[in-house]
Amino acid sequence: MREVTSFGLRRLLAPAVLAVVLAAGCAPAAPPPPPAPAAPSCPPGALPTLTPGTLTVGTDQPVYPPWYVDDDPTNGQGFESAVAYAVAESLGYPKDKVAWSRVPFNAAIQPGPKTYDINLTEFSITEERRNAVDFSTPYYDVKQAVVTLGTSPAANAAGLAELRNAKLGAQVGTTSYQAIVDQIKPATPPAVFNSNDDAKLALTNGQVDAIVVDLPTAFYITSAELDGGKIVGQLPLTGGTPEQFGIVLDKGSALTPCVSGVVDRLRTGGTLTALESQWLSSAGAAPELR
Amino acid sequence: MPPPASGLATERRRYRRARARRSTLVALASTLVFAALVGWGLTSTPGWPRVQQTFFSPSAAWQALPQVLAGLWLNLRVLVVAEIGILVLGLVIAFLRTLRGPVFFPVRALATGYVDLFRGIPLLIALYLIGFGVPALRLQGVPTDVAVLGTVALILIYAAYVAEVFRAGIESVHPSQLAAARSLGLSHRQSLRLVVLPQAVRRVLPPLLNDFVALQKDCGLISVLGAVDAVRAAQIEVARSFNFTPYVVAGLLFVLLAIPTGRVADVLAARITRRQEAG
Repeated sequence: MREVTSFGLRRLLAPAVLAVVLAAGCAPAAPPPPPAPAAPSCPPGALPTLTPGTLTVGTDQPVYPPWYVDDDPTNGQGFESAVAYAVAESLGYPKDKVAWSRVPFNAAIQPGPKTYDINLTEFSITEERRNAVDFSTPYYDVKQAVVTLGTSPAANAAGLAELRNAKLGAQVGTTSYQAIVDQIKPATPPAVFNSNDDAKLALTNGQVDAIVVDLPTAFYITSAELDGGKIVGQLPLTGGTPEQFGIVLDKGSALTPCVSGVVDRLRTGGTLTALESQWLSSAGAAPELR
Repeated sequence: MPPPASGLATERRRYRRARARRSTLVALASTLVFAALVGWGLTSTPGWPRVQQTFFSPSAAWQALPQVLAGLWLNLRVLVVAEIGILVLGLVIAFLRTLRGPVFFPVRALATGYVDLFRGIPLLIALYLIGFGVPALRLQGVPTDVAVLGTVALILIYAAYVAEVFRAGIESVHPSQLAAARSLGLSHRQSLRLVVLPQAVRRVLPPLLNDFVALQKDCGLISVLGAVDAVRAAQIEVARSFNFTPYVVAGLLFVLLAIPTGRVADVLAARITRRQEAG
């Protein structure tokens, strides 16, 4: 009984103390929603979303092909835009009930209230990241690829060993960087760039010999963006587990089971494969590096 | 040996010591109460467990520390080289700007233009232009190492600030000092070197140290060119684990780096005050 009273008093006094000690306007927000029920009930178009009746989809700004086209997620073009609309449709939100929110990387993974219901920005699923956010079941199995220029010393590398002495680069916050460190294990630490655009610039300047990006991006930038660009090859899987992209949701979101169920249905129904071949079709070979 | 204190003086000293002790105790107690209230208020917020796990996880901090320290080592090397370059270039530009006589107009105009340009341009843009633009020229013998190019950009930008600090110091020395030096038979150059500059530099040491602390943190911006500094190393760890603790680790390390500079500035300021009061 005493414990209950003191706890109640503590709860009662805490905001007052905060207001006095810190500053006005720092009062705690409403408590987090209760955990999702075990059995998912997903009323179509009436899920507990940020804005009732609307599904808010988050993604970074800018976003790049082939995941999004023209940095405009609302056009339904590009693999992730198409998947987002397919998921929304299956959840009971037609195209006009989908709102987009542009969320930078750090804002997407911070612990506070989120500005999106679901987020598709090529987030790779790892167990460690599950401590911070919820992931849906995976919607894409991804591989990493080494991209260089025909004139670069790394252009004719046939295996991982020959890349070990190259100066490599990747975008910050990507599993591409991890792939360099874990699988190629280069002699000089990799250069890390804010974006793939900066990495490409450093590559054309000769400041790095090769960059690592995900395979669909590799196909896109070698065919459309880099003059004389060349895919050296794709990196093998680490430990036999494929790297997979998942939809990111707030930790403990009530929507996670619903979204996962929809992704599973889209996969078994063949929609994901169809969208893959529509947006991610590869126009060339990428030999596996060993 | 001072003469023995009178009874009244001894009494006064004892009273003052007692008051001082009492003040210390009151300050200590109020600090403890304040800290306890803040800590209690913070830990009572509904989101605290999430915040603690995301920003103050000891295991994540320990895991990120080696990488962040390795990044900080790059920061420190860039800092030392850049600061030397900045002081030299800044002093030269300040000197050029304070040259008198119509003959030197083009030099003065050039120096003024330099300050206007490099104090106005955002550091990030200068870093991009120099770090990615210079290697694109493909000139033989020009470095492509991003740490070198980034340091060059830092020197160019910060020298513009520091030149203005130096100039303010030089111009704060009263003209009568220069006149007195000249009347003693010193040449213009000698009077600048022996009379004006020593006073000017002493006066501007606190603002120079201020710029030095700012530089400590801006050194990390060379990471946009691909170099992995402390903040970038923390960012990589954050991206791997989705835990923000490495940012806090990097932040604390930078604070630790800035504290000695702050104390040096305090000591210098106190010394200057003492000297001025002495006569």
